[in-house]
Amino acid sequence: MSLDCGVFHTRYESDMGLRPRPLQRLRLGIFALFALVFPFVASPYWLDLANQVAIATVGAIGLNILVGYTGQISLGQGAFMAIGAYTAGLLTLNFGVPWGASVFAACLVTAAAGAFFGLPSLRLKGLYLAIATLAAQEIVEWGMTHWTAVTGGTEAIVLPAPVLFGVRMNTNFSFYWLAVLTAAGTALFAANLMRSRIGRAFEAVRDQDIAASVIGVDVFRTKLLAFATSSFFVGLAGAMIAFHRNIITWERFTLSTSIVFLAMIIVGGLGSIRGSFLGAALITLLPALITNLGRAIQDTAPQAASILPYAQQAVFGIVIILFLIFEPRGLSKLWENAKNYFHVWPFAYRRGESRAR
Amino acid sequence: MDIFLQLTVSGLSTGMIYALAAAGFVVIYKASDVINFAQGDLLLLGTYLIFFGVAQVGLPWSLGVGVTLLLAVVVALAVERLVLRPLVGEPIISMIMVTIGLSSVLRGVTGALWGPNPRSFDSFLPAGDIALGPVTLSAARVLSIPIALAVLAGLGLFFRHTRDGIAMRAIADDQQAALSMGISIPRVFGVAWGLAAVSAALGGIMLAGIVGVSPNVASIGLRVFPVVILGGLDSIGGAVIGGAVIGLLEVYVGFYVGHGLNLVVPYVVLVLMLMVRPYGLFGKEVIERV
Repeated sequence: MSLDCGVFHTRYESDMGLRPRPLQRLRLGIFALFALVFPFVASPYWLDLANQVAIATVGAIGLNILVGYTGQISLGQGAFMAIGAYTAGLLTLNFGVPWGASVFAACLVTAAAGAFFGLPSLRLKGLYLAIATLAAQEIVEWGMTHWTAVTGGTEAIVLPAPVLFGVRMNTNFSFYWLAVLTAAGTALFAANLMRSRIGRAFEAVRDQDIAASVIGVDVFRTKLLAFATSSFFVGLAGAMIAFHRNIITWERFTLSTSIVFLAMIIVGGLGSIRGSFLGAALITLLPALITNLGRAIQDTAPQAASILPYAQQAVFGIVIILFLIFEPRGLSKLWENAKNYFHVWPFAYRRGESRAR
Repeated sequence: MDIFLQLTVSGLSTGMIYALAAAGFVVIYKASDVINFAQGDLLLLGTYLIFFGVAQVGLPWSLGVGVTLLLAVVVALAVERLVLRPLVGEPIISMIMVTIGLSSVLRGVTGALWGPNPRSFDSFLPAGDIALGPVTLSAARVLSIPIALAVLAGLGLFFRHTRDGIAMRAIADDQQAALSMGISIPRVFGVAWGLAAVSAALGGIMLAGIVGVSPNVASIGLRVFPVVILGGLDSIGGAVIGGAVIGLLEVYVGFYVGHGLNLVVPYVVLVLMLMVRPYGLFGKEVIERV
């Protein structure tokens, strides 16, 4: 925990608080108010995007726990989301399990699967682990499309819409509340987890695993726990995708999904909850923005429509590269810089910058 | 038996193209420790450049190949200088993500320029069949095997005998010692990317002759991983053997077992290999353990 300049804690409660400063609470309040009012004023198109952002935030926080906080690279995000989505969907469809219970079961199953695929992390580090998770992704993807008896192969699975308090969650408006509350709950849980002994053990393993084991962290157990915790939320995101559209198709859980989620946490900021949200928002909204831009210039440049998907792909790549080169700590750091600038404005002191003498 | 021979030739020719892609991957990894996820896209670039040169501009084949190689090297050098150089010393996740971003850019640009549809054109590889005793084999596939082997052998000789090749091995061995001996690391990184581009572009040129030009070529980039893990991340010879084994395994499993298992069997091999010998058949036995 870094200390803020000019902030004095006089009570333990404020010292322990997640957002102790009045300004932090004000910003949170404004954001919460915005989230409350948004669905009443937004068009269905934007509401759908907001739901996608909320789901992506859950998945990105899950991935960030593993990659950003514990330093274990995973290219298997898509596979874990698939496990969550298919478990939740098939339990509800084939066994009539209520959707809430099947989503929870999906999270647990994905957590178990995550811990299983985390086993190689005992032996493998860095790029070898990345390649191992790549293989896991390909194998799960193959199972998804070829194990026809269970997953229905390449056919889509259609689910009943979830019902909450007698309301069918089949519109983006009703699903919005569910998605936003889940995302907020996930963020709160993750923020608190990272302040606990377990979260600090995650970070210790990331920074220097041998030193971590010297100070009494069981490295292997911690890694497995990170895989399981991360996969729990990734599975939750997968299950939410299934119930958002009430349909499960394998195309949503390919290697490109893994890459998109990695891009979210890179662009947002590794090891940052706020970054997970910002990255999820940017990467989800970017294709939509480019599409809108393409539509806007369609009249003057008719060929724009045909290259639109390629423009999206190229811009996606360029955004990743630019962030890695110019701001490796992502949007989260940019936000911090802006905040620090105004914190003691008009003086030029900035937290975290050491100055000569 | 006839079918077996046909499968073998087709598996070997695919395997040699894997090997060309993998060799480029190995060269980059050896010199600069970068895991290049964009290797398949360099291959893709090669197929589209030769298509552009020969079919669209109308260059003769020899000139087309030369221009393709030249452009591929220019692209690779630009990538190395602009994208990879600023990230030297960054954590591995940054390296992986930057090449993934690069792959996305290359795919987007080639897609925007040449569209999603597969194209075909008259290849320099002979189109007919070769009758070899009782079996007929596609001449293009048969010919691609010695060509690829020659290129790979050339790459191997380069490492063994040229100044830059030896410098590259020195850097792979100990970067600081190499620096203190006056080896220019930026130059060697540039040479490594140039070589990787040449190797991938040659693979792409042959692929254009065998299966035609389409965006699907980039998917070979992922097949590189089973190949290099099998052969060893830092061994050109390993890339050849690994490429041959994975190529053959795919066609045999695809024909004799079926069920689309050929799509997944390279990755099963990869996982088994990581469990037993993570450094591969011919790789240096150094792996960080926890």
